[in-house]
Amino acid sequence: MDKIIVTILVMAIITYLTRALPFFIWGSKPCPAIIQYLGETLPYAMMALLVVYAFKSVSITTSPFGLPELIAGALCVVLHLWKHNQLLSIGASTITYMFLIQVIF
Amino acid sequence: MKKDVIKKAFQLTFPVMMGYIFVAIAFAVLMKEKGLSPLYSLLLSIFVYAGAMQFAAVELLSSGAGILSAAIMTLMVNIRHIFYGLSLIEPYKKMKKEKYYFIHSLSDETYSILCTQDKNDRPLLLLIGLFNQLYWIAGTLIGSWLSEYLFFDTTGIDFAMNALFLVIFVEQWQSVEHHFPAILGIVLSLVCLVVFGQNQMVIMSMILILASLLAYRKLKGVN
Repeated sequence: MDKIIVTILVMAIITYLTRALPFFIWGSKPCPAIIQYLGETLPYAMMALLVVYAFKSVSITTSPFGLPELIAGALCVVLHLWKHNQLLSIGASTITYMFLIQVIF
Repeated sequence: MKKDVIKKAFQLTFPVMMGYIFVAIAFAVLMKEKGLSPLYSLLLSIFVYAGAMQFAAVELLSSGAGILSAAIMTLMVNIRHIFYGLSLIEPYKKMKKEKYYFIHSLSDETYSILCTQDKNDRPLLLLIGLFNQLYWIAGTLIGSWLSEYLFFDTTGIDFAMNALFLVIFVEQWQSVEHHFPAILGIVLSLVCLVVFGQNQMVIMSMILILASLLAYRKLKGVN
């Protein structure tokens, strides 16, 4: 088996374990109130973390100062608030981003 | 399985379908561009099935990163999944063998939809997850095929993943009245990015978010 297949397998197993852990721990006994509270609040904070993580390598101190990301990101949010169409929000903002970094900046 | 369950699952996942197919195409095109075989793209979409991680995997696999660093990276990026199961433990307890796929199907998008569904409708919960993964796989296949014919510069196509996260964030924001967790997440992650840098930010943010939410709960309980 080549190394890439093994690496993919390792990624798959670890990803599955991260998804399975809460079920394996609390799946057979009553779930404590504090865990339920975390289940209700954490996902929202996690998605916020993911958004920041997605833009983590943007540099605001060097040219183009994060402008392509800001413009395309803002377009994505505005389009989604307005039309609630995932393809439109994701598609239009990605194409805009590609245009911005390839042609403008 | 009843026909109306299938119909309902399709209706609920329809908005995700468009987004997933687009993002998965972007992923498969990137893989191909980095010289990685479509077979690997397909394996990743079937067995890893985690958007952010798959984009990270393009870099890892093409740069010949070691298995250990790939393992640590996977843990860092996907550790958030631990919290997704918390609100789905009750339906999980009532499932039989299908529960092993149910676990696998819990992507960010699937979880977002499941949050707002009747937790007793287990066939629906399962089908939502399955449909979403099928869209993801379909997009991967389309992207692998399409990349043979692409004649334009695809630089920046990975923005699709960022856009997907933004879209989920907006949807989650609008689904609740209480925005404290989301704001907390933004502020702490930004602070961690500046203080701890790109590599440590995920784990440090998670620890701080967890601690802050627990502290907040205690404060509210006291007052």
